[in-house]
Amino acid sequence: MRRLILRHLPQLQPCVRCLRRLVLHGILFVGGAVVLAPLIWMCVASVMPEGEASQLPPRWWPSRPTVEHYAVLFSSLHLGRNFLNSLFLAAAATVLSLCFNSLAGYALAKLPFVGRDRVFAFLLALLVVPGQVGMLPLFLLLRSFGWVDTYWGVLVPSLASVFGIFLVHQYAQSIPDALLDAARVDGASELRVFWSVALPLCRPILVTLGVFTFLGTWNDFLWPLIVLSDSSKQTLPVALASLAAEHVQDTELMMASAVLTMLPAVLLFLVAQRAYVAGILSGALKF
Amino acid sequence: MHRTRTVAACVFLAPALAAIGAFFVGPVLAGLVLSLTDFDIYTIADSSNLRWVGLEQYQTLLRDPLFWQALQNTVTFVVVGGSLTILTALGAALAVWRAARTVQAFFRTVYFLPVVTTIVAAAVVWRAWYHPRVGLLNVALRWIGLPAIDWLGDPRWAMLAIVAFSVWKNFGFHMVIFLAALQSIPQRLYEAAAIDGATGWQQFRCVTLPMLRPALSFVVLITVIGSFQLFAEPYVMTQGGPANATLSLVLLMYRNGFQWWNVGYGAAVAWVLFALLVIATLTLRRLRARPGQ
Amino acid sequence: MWTLAVAVTLGAVIGCQSGEQHEPTLRIWAMGKEAEFLISRIHGIVLDGRRVEVQRIPWSAAHEKLLTAFVAGTLPDVIQMGSTWIPEFAAVGALHCTEVDEEVVQDIFPGAVAANLVDHRWCGTPWYVDTRVLFYRRDLLSRAGFSLPPRTWDDWRQAMRQIKQLGPQHYGLLLPLDDWHLLVALAFQAGADLLRDRDQYGNFQSPEFRRAFSFYVSLFHDGLAPFEGPGQVANVYQDFAAGLFTFYVTGPWNLGEFRRRLPAALQSEWATAVLPTPEVDSPSVSVMGGASLAITAASDKRAAARRLLQRLLSPDELVHLYHATGDLPARRSVWHRFSEHDPLRLAAFREQLEQARSTPKIPEWERIAGLLTRYTELVVRRQLAVDAALARLDEETDRVLAKRRWLLQRTPTRP
Repeated sequence: MRRLILRHLPQLQPCVRCLRRLVLHGILFVGGAVVLAPLIWMCVASVMPEGEASQLPPRWWPSRPTVEHYAVLFSSLHLGRNFLNSLFLAAAATVLSLCFNSLAGYALAKLPFVGRDRVFAFLLALLVVPGQVGMLPLFLLLRSFGWVDTYWGVLVPSLASVFGIFLVHQYAQSIPDALLDAARVDGASELRVFWSVALPLCRPILVTLGVFTFLGTWNDFLWPLIVLSDSSKQTLPVALASLAAEHVQDTELMMASAVLTMLPAVLLFLVAQRAYVAGILSGALKF
Repeated sequence: MHRTRTVAACVFLAPALAAIGAFFVGPVLAGLVLSLTDFDIYTIADSSNLRWVGLEQYQTLLRDPLFWQALQNTVTFVVVGGSLTILTALGAALAVWRAARTVQAFFRTVYFLPVVTTIVAAAVVWRAWYHPRVGLLNVALRWIGLPAIDWLGDPRWAMLAIVAFSVWKNFGFHMVIFLAALQSIPQRLYEAAAIDGATGWQQFRCVTLPMLRPALSFVVLITVIGSFQLFAEPYVMTQGGPANATLSLVLLMYRNGFQWWNVGYGAAVAWVLFALLVIATLTLRRLRARPGQ
Repeated sequence: MWTLAVAVTLGAVIGCQSGEQHEPTLRIWAMGKEAEFLISRIHGIVLDGRRVEVQRIPWSAAHEKLLTAFVAGTLPDVIQMGSTWIPEFAAVGALHCTEVDEEVVQDIFPGAVAANLVDHRWCGTPWYVDTRVLFYRRDLLSRAGFSLPPRTWDDWRQAMRQIKQLGPQHYGLLLPLDDWHLLVALAFQAGADLLRDRDQYGNFQSPEFRRAFSFYVSLFHDGLAPFEGPGQVANVYQDFAAGLFTFYVTGPWNLGEFRRRLPAALQSEWATAVLPTPEVDSPSVSVMGGASLAITAASDKRAAARRLLQRLLSPDELVHLYHATGDLPARRSVWHRFSEHDPLRLAAFREQLEQARSTPKIPEWERIAGLLTRYTELVVRRQLAVDAALARLDEETDRVLAKRRWLLQRTPTRP
């Protein structure tokens, strides 16, 4: 038997390899199913009639698909308002952080000044500091400005981020100095050089940073939870958390609000996947 | 010429540095000062009720069994959750890397999807799955003949349940990094190893793993930093219970600081968290600096 | 393009801040069902030229939300407030306190009056009251050989032992581990003072508290109460209907829920009774709960706020409140107008409410209650012995009260 196999080994090898590939892809598919299962179940359960999601034995398909829970979310629970809040805050944070970080990142990469490396090293060291350490004093600071329970209060920590500056810095370094100098020779001011030459060249990383900031703000929980007390100003995750505490028994309704909360983030990711992943990698590989 | 650029640099940097200084560095340092006082709800009512207490908050902290429990829980989460996440990510990256070109992008997207889901919403879904009676996990357990587990209600299981959730939520992020590192390994290294007669496992140990080292050390670093900040998962799923089995340091800070307005104590918790992170980061850096074998 | 985006964003951020809050509104925050009731009754009406605006906050995060709003200076004009929180918010100056109106006070349950009086001033007006009584299954109790609800702790324990004999799926009592109310009620009955020396130190090692604590813990250790964490109670009503437990210590909000959610066949089989006591002749004390309506110190519309309170506390509105939510009005003179709705079950509440006491009136109480829950759970889970737990409870309570002791030393006239 052994000899037989040995004699046919060269012919068998492709078959072994093909079997291995089959097993590998099987594992990948099972893994994918496991990863997606909670999300699929969430979508299905959100259109089940009341009580069906906690039935035994469990159902994987609604007996009668319904959008009544979504209707409740928008009508009596006013989640539409929270949805708009989240949308607005995420968009505002994106624009603000693009402005602040691109200016700073570009300056650190392309404008020479004394102590530049030290500033950059200091900023990098800040990456280790968890945001929560400053939260209590920051809240007290915002209180003295009267910014608690305002959108400004939510946005303030995301104006400039070390990570954003770092991203832009890494990317801007690859801009050839000759291009910038050419513009300067033509008499362009430094702002003009930045705006008309550097910024267009940085477009890819700005898209990345924008997607990052948008998703980060959309998904953020702790800070908006602390700052916003007026329920008409709250973001979707905060509203969802308080709903989840009150409506533990209404699984279908909870799933509908989970879908509503996740959907924009997931859609944006699917559209801008390439830029998002590029951002992670440029952070990871150059660190 | 040079002067104008220096001026421009200052102008360009000023907004970002001012924002970071005022809303991040400043508050972090102020937190240290606050942690040396007994700032609390009485102080907010009347600022003359503030006392300078030196290191007393830290002494109280060290005597507080709840702090030790939160620390133990957090470290458990960092070590167990972190290593499970990294191992899962590594396994997934290797599998996707070996998969056919046509499906690679598909699986990368699928495995990454949980990363971009909103943590609160995902926690709500998982909480439903963890339900002791009608949750799908227990239905599955009963189906294969195992006893049901009260995932979030039993102190022995609750942290594990949160770990499982966070592995699901986070492994995709690390997987993408591993995958990129794997794809950048030159094929000729494997060819050379194959010529030397290395088996698959030997190739993995002597080629893949060393080439993954930089990515691995980065992933470990961000996992440690991220895991120490555990908050939203227990806040939504268990509120720190049962029997404080899922109380994390950040949740402890939140409770003291923002629930009881015991600000001095909360700030002390935050600074201990900070110190732990600095120690962890320096240790990791030292490990990384050590020449590989 | 970019410039435009930036300008629009900045404009929007600034615009959103300034555009709101200029309308003359009277803001009121309320929780849960009461918020829904208020939204349906008074949201949008105009009082003294102010439009009433009701906002709902979830019960689960209400305490921290209110405290945060106080710190931030964003409290509304009127708040629905758990009556045990009144002393805390009054002590930090968040509430507008007034002289006591004797006529109002006469009408209100004594425990609720006590909870709202801080420094002999009236800091919130009791709106509705609640306390916990014994809900039980008459049929199961009689199958176990008892025709009347238990009067004493020993009777109660005996009854639960008999009930357990009915079968493995029968327990005596549903007792969630994260709720301290029954424990404190038992301690009151045993004559315990939770704190001592003008509420400056914990007093949990007193023999009275120890007695109540041991009895409470034994309910779990003897297997009379199923072992349940917060996530575990799958569905109280289904479990009660299925006979999983015969007794349940809970409040008036469950009168309506039981009527609505229990099957018709069971409707004549469930009843309420006052809590059992350590001795036959000792009074059945429970913990006074419920909510008050309080005007905040920061409000500049106090006249309108008072008008709103008058309206909400009028007999007609209180009867409406009862029918809409099942909340029991704090004013005793209103009771005859709804008590025929469910006379027997309400009678137990009426009797218990007359004897209900409020928890210690200090700002730190919520934290101490948290400690109480924590150490009880540790003992129930057998991670700590009773004596060790009570000693540590006292120790930690003393630490929580350290600031209070310092403040009292500085200004001895304060409470």
